[in-house]
Order: sequence, then structure tokens, then C-alpha cells
Amino acid sequence: MPNFSTNEFKPGLKVMLDNEPCSILENEYVKPGKGQAFNRVKLRNLRSGRVLEKTFKSGDSLEGADVLDIDLEYSYTDGEFWYFMDPNTFEQHSADQAAISDAQKWLKEQERYEVTLFNGAPLVVTPPNFIELEITETDPGLKGDTAQGGSKPATLTTGAVVRVPLFLSEGEIIRIDTRSGEYVSRASKS
Amino acid sequence: MPTWEPSAQIADLRSRGSLLSEIRGFFEARGVLEVDTPILASHAITDPNIELFAVPTGDSERFLQSSPEYAMKRLLASGSGDIYQLGKVFRYGEHGKKHNPEFVMLEWYRVGWTHYQLIREVAELLTNHLPVSSWQVWPLAALFEHFLGLDPREASAEQLHDASITAGINFNGALEKLDYIDLLMTHIIEPQITDWGLVFVTDFLAEQSALSRVIDRMGMPVAARFEAYFQGVELANGYWEECCPVTLSERFNEDNKKRLARGQVLRVPDPQLLHALESGLPDCAGVALGFDRLLMLTLGRDRMSQVLPFDWMNA
Repeated sequence: MPNFSTNEFKPGLKVMLDNEPCSILENEYVKPGKGQAFNRVKLRNLRSGRVLEKTFKSGDSLEGADVLDIDLEYSYTDGEFWYFMDPNTFEQHSADQAAISDAQKWLKEQERYEVTLFNGAPLVVTPPNFIELEITETDPGLKGDTAQGGSKPATLTTGAVVRVPLFLSEGEIIRIDTRSGEYVSRASKS
Repeated sequence: MPTWEPSAQIADLRSRGSLLSEIRGFFEARGVLEVDTPILASHAITDPNIELFAVPTGDSERFLQSSPEYAMKRLLASGSGDIYQLGKVFRYGEHGKKHNPEFVMLEWYRVGWTHYQLIREVAELLTNHLPVSSWQVWPLAALFEHFLGLDPREASAEQLHDASITAGINFNGALEKLDYIDLLMTHIIEPQITDWGLVFVTDFLAEQSALSRVIDRMGMPVAARFEAYFQGVELANGYWEECCPVTLSERFNEDNKKRLARGQVLRVPDPQLLHALESGLPDCAGVALGFDRLLMLTLGRDRMSQVLPFDWMNA
């Protein structure tokens, strides 16, 4: 991969820092009139998701990271790996537990996921912002209770547990915001 | 994305025009002569932290000046008396929120003055425009003592490195002592003096003297140099000027040694400046002030592009 100098550190650029692939978020140039120039850089570690701040001497460089974001369709899991398929080339990619991480709660067959490939292997799997899943287990619904507040836990097909309004019952399909893990709406009636 | 439209609001460009004419009025009232020395000149400065744009001219390259200092000193040595220049200067690679590679510098010299007298005049000019009426002076060592509990004159590079880690700076690599001073100044001190109003920092390290003279401060040599800060933003840099050509020649050679060590191109010290100093530069103090930054702070803008007709990306 090519090296990138501090003046090429634009938001979105993927670089290697301490052997970790990172994405540049911000780059601020600071320099005393008569002194050394620095770049104060904010980066996100793509593996851990953590944001860190690092200062470089202006003109220093980092190696680019071989990182690519692609949309893949989730196929299945054998318990050890989770398999995704490129719908255009039918190429298969296997993601390990670390790459799946929190996305495991929102995995649904034939759904599209953004997969970040690092050196060709899945590094992070990001679910779509909204996903529709079926309730497999919850307390019986209270008919006619749609106006009132209150919520109850509901288990979904993926095993995820979300808080849902009291009127929902098993078998219903609901829409979830995967970023907050919150119920959004009822998707269809059972 | 580049656009044909101005980077600044038209109302702010009106303020820009007014500030330019008010500054000229300030100096006219004080009998300081306006000069306009060449922007494209035969020599570049040796300072390893400032790179110039080199321009081919047919027979040899010339350099867009990073400050009118050398030419103004040649005028001073010829008996010009007090002079100021308000015009464009250029610095290669200096681009950011508060930097534009092409910017307007106000530089002036007062014959027979020390830097202390000049600090007063800079304060008078700045308080005319900035929302502040008083100002304070801090020796660099006192500022470091206050925020970091160390004396930068005596501290080693290792101690300054440790202080930077304690202060929470995540720096990639190792630096020389003077660079650590800059790192701590820009990362730790500047952000903490944003509500201190107008601050003049004086008595820099002797190694930071640049073109200022080195004077004794209670048994310690310090650079007779000052910098003005408002809201933590560096606005001006002034010297009680070093007049000795031998001393300056030595400093230029030191600059080139640093350039060599860092793998930068070497710069021939400007012989015309040195000849002028040999013929006699009168005792004087001089200061360079970033006009665009003054306008930014006057209008309460936080990016330089907001006060430029067309910033670097749209020039």
C-alpha cells in the first residue's frame, strides 16, 4: 500500500497506525509562526471502533490500509464462522466472532450488510440501520392497549431482546433501529 | 469543493477593507512610513520551520517572501526611519483552519525602541479592534511553570517529552527540545489561555531567538522576543532586533545545519541583508502581525477562510 503524508490525511482515508487499520476522522494543522508544524489527527480504529487522537509532525506519513467496504448478503453460520456472499460475483467471505461482534443480534438471512474487508478478510460487519425481525417470545399482547405507554421485553428470531409496546404479540414482525437497538414500529400483522 | 463564490461574506469583506484602511491611518497618525518591498526576491530565509515557494524566472529561481523583514532591514540600514509594510506573504504548505499559504502580514519597525516599547504599541493597535481593553505580559518560563510546573530553559528534551505525556498528548515519535516547546505551547498552553484576553509572551529561550537579540534575565540568557495571543491564537511575533552581522551569520549557519540533519534543502543566507547589517542597522524593534487572524478575531470567526475573498481551495 502507498504511504500518505499528513497533508493527505483527509476524512475517510484508511491508514495503518500501530499495526491497526484506522479511518481518519479529522485533521487539524497547528503551527507556531516560528516553530514546528504539527497535525492533530482524530482516527477511528476500524477493528475496535474506538476513536483516538494522535499528533504527528507535519510531513510524517503513514502506510495506507488495505480496507474496502462492500455490501454482502448474509448466508448462514456453522457456529464458528458467519458466511456472507457477494450477490454479484457469488464470492463467499467468512467472518469470525470478532468481526461479527454486536452485529450478531441483527443477522438475518438474505439481508444485505456492509462488510469492511481488511487485507481481503472481513474486519467489521455493520447491519443496515433498520431491520425487520419476528417476535418469537413475549408476554401475551393486550388488545386495545395501543394508546397507553408501557413496554415489555420481546425476544426476536436472532435471539436479541428488545423493549416493545404492550400490544404486540408473538409472531409479529417489527422494525428495529440497529444503532440504538430500539423498537421503531410494527412492520406487518401476523 | 471549489466554487466561484467568495469564501467570506460580503459584509466581512467590507470589514476587511475598513481594517486595512484603519491600520494605514494608525501608522500615518504616528508618522510611520508605508513601504512596499519586493514579494519575489532572490533569497529565501534559512529558518528550517518555514519553506518558501520557489518561482522559476528564466535564469535563476526566486522566492515568494515569507515576510518583508530582510528588505525592510535594508531600508532601515539606509536611514529610512520608522517603516511599515501591509501586504501579501507566502508560506509553503501552511494550510489549515487558521493558516492560508498566502496571507496578509503587517510588519513594522521602530527605530531606537526596545521590544517592551513595541509591545505597548502593538497593544494599542490591537485593543482598538479586539473586544478587550487590557493586556498582560507573561515570560515564557512563567507560563510553563504555571501550566506544566517546569522551567523550559532548564528542562531537557526527555523532561519535556514526559510532561507532554502527563498532559495527555499522544505524539507519534520523538522530538528535539525546541519542538517539544512548540508541541506543549500549541497543544496545552494555547487552549488554556483562550479566556485570558490579550496576552504577550516574552523572554523566549535563547535558542528561539531567530533574529532577535539575546539579553540577560537574572543571570539567564533569554531571547528579546515577544508573541501576542488573543483567545489562544497567535497574532504577532516581535523582536528587539539583533544588529550584529556575525551573530546572525552564525544563526543562519545553525539553521542550515538543522536543515541538513532533517534532509531539507539548504538556503544561502541573504548576502544583501548581511551587507546591510555590516554597514549598520540602527537599534530597532520590529514586529510581524497576521492581518487575517486579527480580522478573524475581530469578527469572531473561527476559520481564516471566512475572512478571505477567496481562500486557498478556491484561489
